[in-house]
Amino acid sequence: MTKEKFKKALDVIGIPRLIVFCFLLAIVIVAYVNGIDVKSYLTSTMKYWGMWVILVLAMIPTIKCGIGPNYGVSLGIVAGLLGPLLSIQFNIAPAVNAVLPGFGPWAAMFFAMIVSGVLAWLVGIVYGKILNLVKGSEMTVTTYIGYSVIYLMCIVWFRAPFSSGEITWPLGGVGVRNSVSMETSFGGLLNDVLSFSIFGVEIPTGLILFCLLICFVVYLFFRTKTGLAIQATGANPTFARASGIDVDKMRVKGVALSTLLGALGIVIYTQGFGYLQAYTAPLQMGFICVASVLIGGATMNKATIMNVIIGTFLYQGLVIFTPPVSNQLLAGTDISDTMRQIIQNGVILYALVKSKGGSSNE
Amino acid sequence: METKYLLKMDNISKEYFGNKVLKNVQLHVAPGEIHALMGENGAGKSTLMNILFGMPVIHNTGGFEGTIQFDGQTVNIDSPQKAMELGIGMVHQEFMLIPGFTVTENVKLGREITTPTIASGVFGKSLEKLDRPAMASDARKALDTIGLNIPETDTVGGMPVGYMQFIEIAREIDKTGMKLLIFDEPTAVLTESEAQKLLETMQVLTSKGISIIFITHRIDEVIQVANSMTVLRDGTFVQHVETKGTTAAEIAEMMVGRKVEKLVDDAGKDTRTISDDDILLRLKDFHVDMPGEKVRGVDLDIRRGEILGIGGLAGQGKVGIPNGILGLYKSTGTVKFEGEVIETEKLGAALKKHIAFVSEDRRGVGLLLEESIENNITFTAMQIDGKFLKNYGPLKLFDSKKAREHALDMIKQLDIRCTGPEQYAGRLSGGNQQKVCLARAITMEPKLLIVSEPTRGIDIGAKKLVLELLAKMNREEGMTIIMVSSELNELRSLCDRIAIVSDGQLTGIFAPDASDAEYGMAMSGVKGGNK
Repeated sequence: MTKEKFKKALDVIGIPRLIVFCFLLAIVIVAYVNGIDVKSYLTSTMKYWGMWVILVLAMIPTIKCGIGPNYGVSLGIVAGLLGPLLSIQFNIAPAVNAVLPGFGPWAAMFFAMIVSGVLAWLVGIVYGKILNLVKGSEMTVTTYIGYSVIYLMCIVWFRAPFSSGEITWPLGGVGVRNSVSMETSFGGLLNDVLSFSIFGVEIPTGLILFCLLICFVVYLFFRTKTGLAIQATGANPTFARASGIDVDKMRVKGVALSTLLGALGIVIYTQGFGYLQAYTAPLQMGFICVASVLIGGATMNKATIMNVIIGTFLYQGLVIFTPPVSNQLLAGTDISDTMRQIIQNGVILYALVKSKGGSSNE
Repeated sequence: METKYLLKMDNISKEYFGNKVLKNVQLHVAPGEIHALMGENGAGKSTLMNILFGMPVIHNTGGFEGTIQFDGQTVNIDSPQKAMELGIGMVHQEFMLIPGFTVTENVKLGREITTPTIASGVFGKSLEKLDRPAMASDARKALDTIGLNIPETDTVGGMPVGYMQFIEIAREIDKTGMKLLIFDEPTAVLTESEAQKLLETMQVLTSKGISIIFITHRIDEVIQVANSMTVLRDGTFVQHVETKGTTAAEIAEMMVGRKVEKLVDDAGKDTRTISDDDILLRLKDFHVDMPGEKVRGVDLDIRRGEILGIGGLAGQGKVGIPNGILGLYKSTGTVKFEGEVIETEKLGAALKKHIAFVSEDRRGVGLLLEESIENNITFTAMQIDGKFLKNYGPLKLFDSKKAREHALDMIKQLDIRCTGPEQYAGRLSGGNQQKVCLARAITMEPKLLIVSEPTRGIDIGAKKLVLELLAKMNREEGMTIIMVSSELNELRSLCDRIAIVSDGQLTGIFAPDASDAEYGMAMSGVKGGNK
């Protein structure tokens, strides 16, 4: 490889990502040398990549429309929790299974996606309109909304009129328990499709394909007229206005799409995880998504789908591999969560320092 | 006998990054006179005043050449503080007042009268107590001098603009030892009666021995109050004249007058037929609420096939007209295009009728700086007309192949110097950026092309290319063009008619070969003149 080609490749990948990747590689090697079961951790990395990538993908529309990373994706997440819950409540999987054996989980999953998606889109429109009122301080407001909706929903989850025995508290009559098993609906559905094992690493083929499909759909969307208008809005709102584009409307669409992806993301996350966690479980998810996309090379006002795919892999790889290695090296300590926090918040802080703030034309 | 001058600035030259903005300019001001400093936008008035006031912008860019004598002494003014110590004050165009403070506090800001306290004895002067009665009496004195009857205890916020202007003046004259006051277009924001009062105040001040430099482009005001004047044009000194010995028309000619050089070679044959009956665009009682460029009731007809120029000084509203038509700022009145009303409140209504607009704010409005040339060129036509979209099953997606072909074609046609259609628009030079903007407008196949300040900030060679391109589109393709420009010279070399806007209204429509005096008068707000 010539020197110039190498330089060009380096430009595309970016030095920060190269460093992170080398760091990850080093950790994997250290893990291997120390006799840690690398294969099972690689298996988790693949699985968690699939579980997270759509949630991270939700950052793309808001970054592209000029709002920045959507810290408030939790809004889409809580909306997205309702679909799986309803599919359990209405017993969709067993009911469909009785008629068409084997199709139950699929029916349950698509039901959940449609319910969650529609709800999230509507919530996203309202959320987008709120963000249009606070132009310039979107970051603060998205963070605040992201946090507050989680706590607001805690009250709702506690008193929601569910009656299915799998959802309600074991002792009480209504509400949602801390974690609801997806066993009887669509837990692990996608992960198991066409999955195979290579050198002892399990590849969740169905999950990966499905996620890539959604990424592709989003990619196509950003090549439609509306998609391009959204991007112009983010790049230069006055330019967009001069081309006859209703800037506020485009921002609302971007936010709604992000919220929708957040909802789809949590449905997929739930199926991979096998349990549905309500209450404060999604509290940090917004930050993890932001950190992932940034680690993948996005900035506060520019992001591509490649950033999402790479970023999710790097972030999940780090989070999964660092704890066992550090536990081994620093025996007797438990710094896994500390590590996660440092990586996550460090990356966000780094990106904020690097960003020029909003869509400045500097 | 030589007159004794308070201020003598001689052989002043200044360049910004190799661009000479002042060439051997002189400015002489006698004690106790009102001396008008006149010139068009960009004539160098502000730069000259910045030099006199020792502004950092001058010294950060390599200083200046020439000498300044103040009160008989050669002085070196290297900071605004120094200027103030010498007794030079400036009344700014934008008010530098704090709305929440009272009149007294604003007048005495930074020069408060204080009395020592225990705390200040320990921690220093910044903790001394304000001597409010003394400050109030000082402020009162200053207000009385200029005849402003408002309580000095009122807060400034919410006062009429005129009052704020007077408070600014009060602050300046409250400074002890004030000898020379600079008024930077003080009447621009005032109503007629307020302006009149201000002029009277200026005369009161000179009677107290203070000299005034009065920057303005309103000839009538100058005739009324100034004793003498200096006229600048394109950074050069034109003349120092006594007001008594001149007329308004002469002043106008001095400001505008210059050799009309042909910027465009009229090689192409002119086969256009322009008729007064074939009106493409008609504006009736058109108002636009664009900050800094307000349009206050314009009636204008644009004939099919002509190039109409809209000229006038900055801030007078000429730029507001196209922005209003395109719906970028709120407007009232009727806009009729080919007999149909355009609903300007609907963004994009004008674009849909194939009126294309090249904005005066190239980097802010005209371009996506972080996007490719190709995307910039195709964007508007795609959004408005659905061009460059291709059906893929149920989806209509961006047709990169067609867009690339078109971009390459445009790059060739307009001679855009770039590394390729994928280069970011923000990396191009000003002239090439402007060509990208024009390419975007042409891609819309406009029936009417509105270009606003097409040559602002681009070098002379690119300027010529852009103007020639406009001429070509008009002559060969019959495109009707409205060209808004501050450069009268440019308009005169290209346009069929030139409308001059002053204070948001049309002051006349002239043929390109009308006299300098006519243009000068129209630009300074004197109505009259129709082709």
